Amino acid sequence: MKRKKVDLAQAPITFAKGVDERYKAATPLRGLLNKVFPDHWSFLLGEIALFSFIILLLTGVFLTLFFDPSMKEVAYDGPYSALRGVEMSAAYESSLRLSFEVRGGLFMRQMHHWAALLFMASIVVHMCRIFFTGAFRKPREANWAIGVVLFLLGFLAGFTGYSLPDDGLSGTGLRIASAIMLSIPVAGTWISASIFGGEFPGHLIIGRFYIAHVLLIPGGLLALISVHLGLVFAQKHTQWPGPMRTNTNVVGERMFPRYALKQGGFFMAVFGTVALMAGLFQINPIWLFGPYRASEVSSASQPDWYVMFMDGLVRLMPNWQIYIGDYSIPPLFWPAVVGLGALTTVPMFYPWIEARRLKDKQVHNLLQRPRDNPERVGIGAMSLAFFLVATLSGGNDVIADKFHISLNAMTWAGRIGLLVLPPLAYYLSIRICLGLQQHDREVLAHGVETGIIRRLPNGQFIEVHQPLGPVDDHGHPVPLEYGGWVVPKKMNRVGALAPAIKGFFFPVEKPAEAPVSPAVPPVTSKESREEITTGH
Amino acid sequence: MTTMHDESSTEPVDVSDPRLSRFEIVKEGARRDEIEIVTYESQFHGTDSKAEKRVVRNIALLFLIAGVGGFAFLGFYIWWPWRFELGETMSDYYTPLLGISLAVSLFGVGFGILAWAKKLLPHEVSIQQRHNDPSPSDEQLITGQTILFVGDELGQGVQRRPLLKGAIAIGMAPIGLAAAAPLIGGLIENPHKDDPPIMFSTGFNKANNGGNVVRLTRDDGSPIRPEDVSTGGQMTVFPGIPGGATNEWADSPTLLIHLRPDDAALTRENADADRRNNGSMWGDYVAYSKICTHAGCPASLYEQQTNRLLCPCHQSQFMITRNAQPIFGPATRRLPMLPLGVDEEGYFVAKSDYKDTVGPDFWERP
Repeated sequence: MKRKKVDLAQAPITFAKGVDERYKAATPLRGLLNKVFPDHWSFLLGEIALFSFIILLLTGVFLTLFFDPSMKEVAYDGPYSALRGVEMSAAYESSLRLSFEVRGGLFMRQMHHWAALLFMASIVVHMCRIFFTGAFRKPREANWAIGVVLFLLGFLAGFTGYSLPDDGLSGTGLRIASAIMLSIPVAGTWISASIFGGEFPGHLIIGRFYIAHVLLIPGGLLALISVHLGLVFAQKHTQWPGPMRTNTNVVGERMFPRYALKQGGFFMAVFGTVALMAGLFQINPIWLFGPYRASEVSSASQPDWYVMFMDGLVRLMPNWQIYIGDYSIPPLFWPAVVGLGALTTVPMFYPWIEARRLKDKQVHNLLQRPRDNPERVGIGAMSLAFFLVATLSGGNDVIADKFHISLNAMTWAGRIGLLVLPPLAYYLSIRICLGLQQHDREVLAHGVETGIIRRLPNGQFIEVHQPLGPVDDHGHPVPLEYGGWVVPKKMNRVGALAPAIKGFFFPVEKPAEAPVSPAVPPVTSKESREEITTGH
Repeated sequence: MTTMHDESSTEPVDVSDPRLSRFEIVKEGARRDEIEIVTYESQFHGTDSKAEKRVVRNIALLFLIAGVGGFAFLGFYIWWPWRFELGETMSDYYTPLLGISLAVSLFGVGFGILAWAKKLLPHEVSIQQRHNDPSPSDEQLITGQTILFVGDELGQGVQRRPLLKGAIAIGMAPIGLAAAAPLIGGLIENPHKDDPPIMFSTGFNKANNGGNVVRLTRDDGSPIRPEDVSTGGQMTVFPGIPGGATNEWADSPTLLIHLRPDDAALTRENADADRRNNGSMWGDYVAYSKICTHAGCPASLYEQQTNRLLCPCHQSQFMITRNAQPIFGPATRRLPMLPLGVDEEGYFVAKSDYKDTVGPDFWERP
């Protein structure tokens, strides 16, 4: 035998050296492994969107293997006997085949749909987190704008996606989309004819939506998500104020091993949730809707939830038509074209609007508690109230039906609600924020309420407060400065009561004899608690 | 490398020192990345503590559950009857079983990993410095000047040479347009090119039937006699031309209503008072376009008692007895009325196409 012994233990080292000789990877790789991430549950909302997007890519590729984006008329001849012999488009037929004749096909279709719904939902919730905590402030304005574009792209991806099966519901959605294009002044008929390749519905729209749905829009999403995450990486994540945390550092965990491991586990949990929903909760049962026929529609025709706000706005719009000579602008134009356009572009500029209003040119890496910027919370609450009324109005016929309310009353409630509730939400949320601020300041100035009422010799009753900091000569607390972070407001928060027991089925405050951990003594002994509780 | 932060407790160490532990080298690496590892301590007291063993057992259990779930998924996937059959069959549970077993498996892996990271790995607090300062001002200056230099070289060159300026303007613009033209130009369709114009005509136009009046038919193409629709009843009808009931003629579906005598009299009175609908009814029968003038959904919910027609998409309501005038909701325009007649064989026909534009409204509608 020749001497060709390979030292296995040495192999990885040799390999790593070889890589570094070629790519000079050691230093940047170490920086990556070491990168510190701050931790808070609310920072994971965007992750849900990212993970849903990955699930969408995986399941979506599977669906393309069976879907036929063609509007050619075929007669159904599959196992679903209710539709046997019915003329339908090849797109609808292949969607039925995917649901009934491909092993696990229905499961994959439902995973794709649920992941899409979760994608949009997590985007909205993530945007709320960014907005209410002021994470969009300098230097992250552009990333906020990219996020708004991502919402719009997700909206379009969703709409083109649920239009593809060409069932009764999605065809109705396409019909409305065509009407929306027609409503655009001057160019409307040309736009609609160009997109549909002639008069609605034509023979091309499914193929065109298909390439938009599987290539153009996901390509845009992928590119923007990469930039979005790249910026988060390069600019480092924001963090909450707190001990040790400043505007010029990041306090948290290094990416490896713990942080990355947690992310992996969280991905699996999100994936599991989507799988569970896809298995148990039916979504978009296209076989019940039948093929699209221009003459047929059923009541309770609702789009996916993230489109409902637009449908709601269309329902609430009064029938105001504008006539200009021989020409006219239908009322559909305002909610569906101007409304959607404004709702997806104006928010992009909010970071600059706020910075200009507050004359704020600072770099902000520390988040703000929502209460510390009541105006912003007011604007956010106003937008959410508007969105909520519009979304509910998108299902106002179902609400009217289920709760036996007049349909017209629901429409009027929506119209009035859309005008009245947002300002009300604005006012109330500002008052709540101010109240919370005041309570924080009060605790900092006077201490924590102990719940102990003391009677003075003159008969007066006072409540005993536990100062949070030092006291002056008279025993009055020296007012503390607000640190932008949670102010302890209960005695157990400052360690004066029995330690809180964590657990779902246990009371939060259990008797002190329950040990936290066998090796750790209780935070405070009984005697020291005694001292505070007695007032004489 | 020079490091800006001064609060690092650890002095630079010589990493080639063989006495250093691996963690000390890691700490030195972190220091070079301006990271201070403040705490990195085990969550357990001593090795092999009871608590640690319990956590390890739980994590192992979670991974085992993941494995069981995975096998269950494979088992269901392969052996459970999956082919769709009508009625209540085992195959109804195929998708739910796949979902539950896959979820169990993924939750097992997910929570196993999470428990491992959160309970087993040491607690860590690290502080990394971040630098909010922009690039040094001289760097900004140099880069700015470099960009301006590039601009000068190209821009001034063009300004000094007016011939070049003109040539670029004349030469480059067509290139850009030429690139864009086939991408966009191929898509553009003239909505008004056809005769009869598609935006203003339906399948009931005589031109689609060789100049003859078009019959009203059911979706199977069979013609309709007046007695086929009972009093107070209604029927969705289509133009009696080839493919008249398909989506080729998406603007043509029509609602044929046989009104009760009182309602019919009222409807006729209102129709005859109208310039366009005058004489369009036949007996107690009236036919309106089913395509909502708001967004094009079929306005298909006919309330017989009140003679209202409701569009289920956006709840526009039309009053049948008053020329299908919108009385609620976002629609602004009434539903066009189809001029009804009966041919010599006793079947319903459209005497002419709709006199109003059918379907959702648009800018140039007359």
